Amino acid sequence: MKSLETYLRALRSTGRKALVPYFVAGVTPDWTQHVEAAVHAGADAIEIGIPFSDPMMDGVVIQEAAYQALEAGTTFDTLCAELATLSTSVPLIAMTYYNIFHHYGLERSTGQLQASGISGAIVPDLPFEEASDWMKASSEHDVSNIFLVAPSTPPDRMGKLASLTEGFCYASARMAVTGRSSDHGDGGRVVEGIRKFSDIPTYIGIGISTPEQARDAASVSDGVIVGSALVQIILNGGGANDVENFVSSFRRAID
Amino acid sequence: MSDPQTFMSAPDERGHFGNFGGRFVPEALMPACFELEAAFIEAWNDVAFTDEYHQVLREFGGRPTPITPLTRLSEQLGIRLFAKREDLAHTGSHKINNVVGQTLLTKRMGKKRVIAETGAGQHGVATATAAARLGLECTVYMGEVDTERQALNVFRMELLGATVVPVTSGSRTLKDAVNEAMREWVTCVEDTHYCLGSVMGPHPFPWMVREMQSIIGVEAAEQLRALGIDPPDMVVACVGGGSNAAGVFAGFANSSTRLVGIEAAGGSAVGNGSPGVLHGMKSLLMQDEFGQIQEAHSISAGLDYPGIGPEHAYLAESGRGEYFAIGDSDVINALQVLSLTEGIIPALETAHAVAWILQEAGREIPLGSTVLLNLSGRGDKDVAQVREILRAQR
Repeated sequence: MKSLETYLRALRSTGRKALVPYFVAGVTPDWTQHVEAAVHAGADAIEIGIPFSDPMMDGVVIQEAAYQALEAGTTFDTLCAELATLSTSVPLIAMTYYNIFHHYGLERSTGQLQASGISGAIVPDLPFEEASDWMKASSEHDVSNIFLVAPSTPPDRMGKLASLTEGFCYASARMAVTGRSSDHGDGGRVVEGIRKFSDIPTYIGIGISTPEQARDAASVSDGVIVGSALVQIILNGGGANDVENFVSSFRRAID
Repeated sequence: MSDPQTFMSAPDERGHFGNFGGRFVPEALMPACFELEAAFIEAWNDVAFTDEYHQVLREFGGRPTPITPLTRLSEQLGIRLFAKREDLAHTGSHKINNVVGQTLLTKRMGKKRVIAETGAGQHGVATATAAARLGLECTVYMGEVDTERQALNVFRMELLGATVVPVTSGSRTLKDAVNEAMREWVTCVEDTHYCLGSVMGPHPFPWMVREMQSIIGVEAAEQLRALGIDPPDMVVACVGGGSNAAGVFAGFANSSTRLVGIEAAGGSAVGNGSPGVLHGMKSLLMQDEFGQIQEAHSISAGLDYPGIGPEHAYLAESGRGEYFAIGDSDVINALQVLSLTEGIIPALETAHAVAWILQEAGREIPLGSTVLLNLSGRGDKDVAQVREILRAQR
């Protein structure tokens, strides 16, 4: 078992629900301080978005942050160098689109992730049918390969994804890109489906924007991922204190 | 591919053409891709469906389109040049072939709405047209920059009952319109079909769109045969995503005919690209050293795309297809030459293929060769832009 999954299973066994905030790397010069603030406020793992020019799975908020980060000159290399200076006690998980890793080369990418202290990766446009080379490379560098399951995923496919995902399984709460939330979504139903096949920790994300939604999602899963609502605060000019307050409010809601 | 010597047959079961193609979409869209693939295979093997597709293209689409010998230009260039007149099809380009097929399929799948991306507006207008004919709801995503450049096409789509959504993300052009259509499709996949406009995107789109466009090549091969040409020495077509080229190539893929695709110099995925993953496919893409997709720049909005369909990437890699690029200035000249010499105003996209023929007759194209130009679209949509350019030159 890779180190991320060992860590997250141990976390669950303490009875604690996982809180995973998402940040876009390089969106502001002090973005790593935001990461530290989130950890201080009780985050259990951090998702690091590596900006891509064509983020097909993301809504307007994360798109805007990604463009801003790219404008500022962020690359996979620069953000890895910045992460290497970060000393956090919690796991870091990369989230980006496959072209970045494909372009850098899978061996080099996974090596670079490991060297930067990243122990997991979410690549939302890489279905398992196309992922064998990626899974091989990530295995050699202790990078857990995290798959998403969607509300539209049929049961047989859910079983396959549940058996392949490492670290945790990402249950998408709704049929939407990131950052659109008008209801509570189908996260609970998706988690239920995954649990028929696997006891891997399962977290709900996509469209969780308030502490109340997080509390509801955490009550039917092992943890929650919050992205766009947090990225919006940073786009609005919020600093480390605002991040800390935001993450604390989610922490209190799910504990 | 079952037989490596056979070109333009079906891709492998996961949609690969050699090292390219496949399916790179969010998990939420995978079931829709499987559903579409199954529906397409079933329909395409059902004579009742293909009969209806051919009937609609005949009665509504203006097919078969003629072959026109370009006599005066042939004399000037020292070659035998023929044009396949897709500009005479309904809505003014080959795009109608694909949208007739896909809207019939939409109805067969029991869906009531289509969404589409468009660059210049040709595919958007064609989709709105085919949707209106079947009473389907239609929403078209178009980069904000393009809605301004092609305001008349926006109005055309609206006249046809479509809703046009300006896309304000990224470069606000075709590539971003595709992103936005994909994002929208995730939210409405149960009752909505994504009517993709070219031989790109996730499997089965590149294959399905090529099949629905192959009527161009099949007709042309037969028409040329009737003229005693079997096969021509060369087929030349412009390539953005590559649907008109794929359609015409399909009629000649397993003959001795040279297949030549012409990209815009500012959007040359074969010439300047490298393998990558975008919009659901692995193909050749223009990207920077960090894997960020670059913006294409072309005088023609239809070729303003940083990638190319995966089957073209495969044809290029295998050497079966040859791809060259033409710059903006040669395109305007070619448009004027074809207008003055043959009485046909081509679309700016098509004018790239014309420009290459003008440039290469007697060089890449040996004198005396028989050449088929796929005249993919008419230039009416471009005349205002061309007028501006020519005025500025004076």
